[in-house]
Amino acid sequence: MAINFDKALGVHEQALQVRAQRHEVLASNIANADTPGYKARDIDFRAALQKSAQSSAGQLRLLSTQANHMSVSGVGGSNGPAELMYRMPLQPSLDGNTVESHVEQAQFADNTMRYQATLQFLSSKFSGLKNVIQGGR
Amino acid sequence: MSSIFDIASSAMNAQMVRLNTTASNLANVDTVSTTEEGAYRARNPVFKAAMVAAGATPGRVQQDGQLPGVLVQEIAHNDGPVPMRYEPTNPMANEEGYVFGSNVNAVEEMANMISASRSYQSNMEVFNTTKTLMLRTLQLGQQ
Repeated sequence: MAINFDKALGVHEQALQVRAQRHEVLASNIANADTPGYKARDIDFRAALQKSAQSSAGQLRLLSTQANHMSVSGVGGSNGPAELMYRMPLQPSLDGNTVESHVEQAQFADNTMRYQATLQFLSSKFSGLKNVIQGGR
Repeated sequence: MSSIFDIASSAMNAQMVRLNTTASNLANVDTVSTTEEGAYRARNPVFKAAMVAAGATPGRVQQDGQLPGVLVQEIAHNDGPVPMRYEPTNPMANEEGYVFGSNVNAVEEMANMISASRSYQSNMEVFNTTKTLMLRTLQLGQQ
């Protein structure tokens, strides 16, 4: 049985990509905390991960017509941007800006922690694979 | 993820411009002039969300699905009335003995200064966190 990275890494590969995307969105929100008229945005993580996992599992895959073709995940649109949604402000401000620094900073910290958790998962998957390859030595 | 560095640094740049205008305003809070036109008027930067990432057309207005940074659109002058004071002993006084002060509001400027400094710190934090995450991602599977 060949070692298949897709099966070994599970959902964490896509999760890391969606976390990185969300990281960018939140960074943009924090950057525009003082821009008049800017609307804060965010990604629905669950929906984005589902979309990402589906597109790499189902439709739009590369055809493998030969036995020695390698399978490539992430080509069929799983790298496409997740859908951005507008945040509802708790206290809207007069200049039309809906960024609330404290909310964004909390979400940013949360996202950072979860990104690191996913990294940790991936890291232990790799060390597990390495352990198997080396026969437990 | 590397576009975050562009976004965060554009925001830090914008906040630095804001801090600079605040410094200029506070420095000129007691500046007087002989004429009304020559009086110092408070300056304020106007921020705009715009594409800043490398590869994108700089300064292009943001479009759907793209993440904007911050651009300083202009430095606006406060056109509010300037105070006129009767100071006949001031060497800058005009024939009637009046001088024109600046329309800087020191309290507003102090609040502006703190807000700019806090925003700068937030973006610095974003920058550092992103750097740490990228480094950790690079080291993935090496332990």
